[in-house]
Amino acid sequence: MTGYIHSIESFGTVDGPGVRFVVFFQGCPLRCAYCHNPDTWERRGTPVTVEELLARFEKNRAFYSGGGLTATGGEPLMQLEFLTMLFECAKERGIHTCLDTSGALFRENKAYERLADATDLVLLDIKHMDPAAHCRLTGVDNERILEFARYLDRRHIPLWIRHVVVPGITDDDASLTALGRFTATLSSVQAVELLPYHTLGESKYESMHIPYPLQGVPPLSETAFARAKSVLQRAMQE
Amino acid sequence: MRTGEHAWEGFEGGSWTSAVYVGSFIRHNYTPYDGDDAFLTPPTHNTKVLWDKVMELTRQEREAGGVLDMDTDVVSTIVSHAPGYLDREREVIVGFQTDKPFKRSLQPYGGIRMAQKACEENGYTVDKTIADVFTHHRKTHNAGVFDAYTPEMRACRSAHIITGLPDAYGRGRIIGDYRRVALYGVDRLIEDKEEQKRHTGGVMTEEIIRLREELSEQIRALKMLKSMAERYGFDISHPANDTKEAIQWLYFGYLAAIKEQNGAAMSLGRTSTFLDIYSERDLARGRYTEQEIQEMVDQFIMKLRMVKFARTPEYEALFSGDPQWVTESIGGVGLDGRHMVTKMSFRFLHTLNNLGPAPEPNLTVLWSTRLPTAFKRYCAKMSIETSSVQYENDDIMRRTHGDDYAIACCVSSMRVGKEMQFFGARANLAKCLLYAINGGVDEISGKQIGPAYRPITSDVLEFDEVMERYDAMMAWLANVYVNTLNVIHYMHDKYCYERLQMALHDREVTRWFATGIAGLSVVADSLSAIKYAKVRVIRNEDGLAVDYAVEGAFPTFGNDDDRVDELARDVVHRFMEHIRANPTYRNSIPTTSILTITSNVVYGKATGSTPDGRRRGEAFAPGANPMHHRDTHGAVASLASVAKLPFMDAQDGISNTFSIIPGALGKEDRILLGEPDVDFGAGQGACCIPNLMQGLDGDDA
Repeated sequence: MTGYIHSIESFGTVDGPGVRFVVFFQGCPLRCAYCHNPDTWERRGTPVTVEELLARFEKNRAFYSGGGLTATGGEPLMQLEFLTMLFECAKERGIHTCLDTSGALFRENKAYERLADATDLVLLDIKHMDPAAHCRLTGVDNERILEFARYLDRRHIPLWIRHVVVPGITDDDASLTALGRFTATLSSVQAVELLPYHTLGESKYESMHIPYPLQGVPPLSETAFARAKSVLQRAMQE
Repeated sequence: MRTGEHAWEGFEGGSWTSAVYVGSFIRHNYTPYDGDDAFLTPPTHNTKVLWDKVMELTRQEREAGGVLDMDTDVVSTIVSHAPGYLDREREVIVGFQTDKPFKRSLQPYGGIRMAQKACEENGYTVDKTIADVFTHHRKTHNAGVFDAYTPEMRACRSAHIITGLPDAYGRGRIIGDYRRVALYGVDRLIEDKEEQKRHTGGVMTEEIIRLREELSEQIRALKMLKSMAERYGFDISHPANDTKEAIQWLYFGYLAAIKEQNGAAMSLGRTSTFLDIYSERDLARGRYTEQEIQEMVDQFIMKLRMVKFARTPEYEALFSGDPQWVTESIGGVGLDGRHMVTKMSFRFLHTLNNLGPAPEPNLTVLWSTRLPTAFKRYCAKMSIETSSVQYENDDIMRRTHGDDYAIACCVSSMRVGKEMQFFGARANLAKCLLYAINGGVDEISGKQIGPAYRPITSDVLEFDEVMERYDAMMAWLANVYVNTLNVIHYMHDKYCYERLQMALHDREVTRWFATGIAGLSVVADSLSAIKYAKVRVIRNEDGLAVDYAVEGAFPTFGNDDDRVDELARDVVHRFMEHIRANPTYRNSIPTTSILTITSNVVYGKATGSTPDGRRRGEAFAPGANPMHHRDTHGAVASLASVAKLPFMDAQDGISNTFSIIPGALGKEDRILLGEPDVDFGAGQGACCIPNLMQGLDGDDA
């Protein structure tokens, strides 16, 4: 079966544990204001089969002995069937599978059950705890995302929560505390990754002739980042 | 003469007792260490005081414009100088190249003009009498080479299709087995060489005459080594009795070598696990403490960091600085399956903490998936902290070189004391491709340098035609290249013989004839462009192809794409076959390397535009690296492309240099839940944090 991908990174070190073969899926239902991969929004891209991807992985398997395969994007869940096939085949070959997602397309059904069965780790990007703020930031609310987090928790699928800290949007105490408290309710969370907002994506918008939504928002300072971290940690430990 | 009986007390015997064979001694006596770095000790007060003095001298040297002091009226030999000290009371390991630290010696045997130039560029003048003697009375290596060069060789040299030839400077790359000095003492080594000399005779062929003369020189050098040590107050005629003596004896051996050779790489060998045998014995019998042993190691490494040579600005441009390549090979796995990591492996790397990071000595870990986990972790830690550790693939090199080889320079492997190398710079394969297109006419000068084969006259390059011409031009280049190197090494042996280093070799050594390739990824991409896209030739008014217009896309080297990777593999294999077709000096075995780690800029500058779209003068990628910005699939794909190059055709080494910023190796800002030392990975295979430790343990499963 054929999927559509944006690109492949053969030496991924920031999307899951170890050195990883990272597949960037094409297409995303969200329009996050700070998205740094706007070139993955539209659903076109390079057609590729599960076999092709895994053949490329196998070729250099020695590099991934402590890592594995990560699906990111874009939003991999937009190609749920292809994603599930990819993970199932990877699992058959003993490859560690990691899904980097917003979770925004989640529904509790058989299809997701199959996906969860084939997933070793989920990097879940929670953009904002407040539904309205989430909607302003991404274009959709966060109901399914939080539901997905609880579902994975029930299924005992290891989970890393990721969260981008943007000045003036997600760096206030209330938002961070809410995120910390929510995280603390999930027992399958192994780590929380706070990502300081940076403006490196801006040039991509320029070259694609799309206006940059966060024009003028400065990158998060180191002190603000350290503060955000401690607020979150405190909330998690309450 | 004292026998080794006392010095060898407690050592397990083996073939090393009856013949000079350090590898056997190591195999029978070393203790693999599986533990971690907790036993290591900080620098002693004396070490710190000494290091401060070194840093102060370094500062003064920098302020003086790069050189603090030079000899101008003493020709350096093993015994030319009185002992030199940094701070005699505090030094536990002693010895400098001249009578004081940071003073560069005068070594004219490689070439008097180079020696004069090195002095002049730094504001010194070589003594008139010495200049006169080495210009008119005592021939140098450089003078010898130019007496024998053909006009064609000279033309290739000026056109930079063969570059960096060691014809005016020391060839280096030869590693004496300095451990022999410690294990056997010099008297035994002299006796061994006398014995070898006795067994040459019969018919006096040129070969035998040369051998007898060389053995005499070797014996002379060993006697000088003994007397050099004597002046420092040590009797090294007998074997070393303990760790301190072993390090000191070994260092004296190395010191004698660098007093007489200013080579392009003066590597140390594989000494740490050898020395560990002495320190284990001393720890067991309470002779030295861990702290005392670390002090000796720190000060030994400190001495190695102070190795200095007189060099010219051109030399430094070619090698991007003033490297000595004091390479020390650490770790690896033995042929019996036991890893060869010892406590001394840790102590050597620990000097990067005790003295701070430094590029020299070039500490090189012979990496294997079978190294103990604690050592792997320690290496990773030291790499993160110091960025000063080099790694090479022991699993590949062990197959061809056994378990007692060492690295000369950056990647050239040879069995210590049993193999040596004739270093041979690089052939510019990218320029060779342009010669194939232009019928041997240089694209920059317009001169006929190569043979006047038919040039390609079509507007669009056709792959089969180009490949046919290229193959013929490579055959020509390989021939002139090998011949040039034959001249160089003949003359180096004759006028600048490495007598001390060769005295620390077996009589029958295997000689590697090391050639090299520059511009491989340029060639691969060019051939790929010709094959998979459309390359139009742009000619100047004289009909010379000087530029290329590429239409359409083509696969580029470094993306794990077989279509182009196969072209690279094929070029390496063909060129090596052409090299092999030529007779080599002293029946040396041809190898090649693809590792222009620094000189790629110089080579690129001398090469016109190429069919891959690279502009005239633009730097080549270093070594076997993909061209800049053309590898778009990440590091693994780049490594995979390079890994397809045939090691058996490029046994002298293949390099793929890249830097990774720490942030790209994983995030530090992750908040971990629960106790920080909880192992999230338990029972879950790969899933654990942080990233850097990942991939280290998988092999042990």
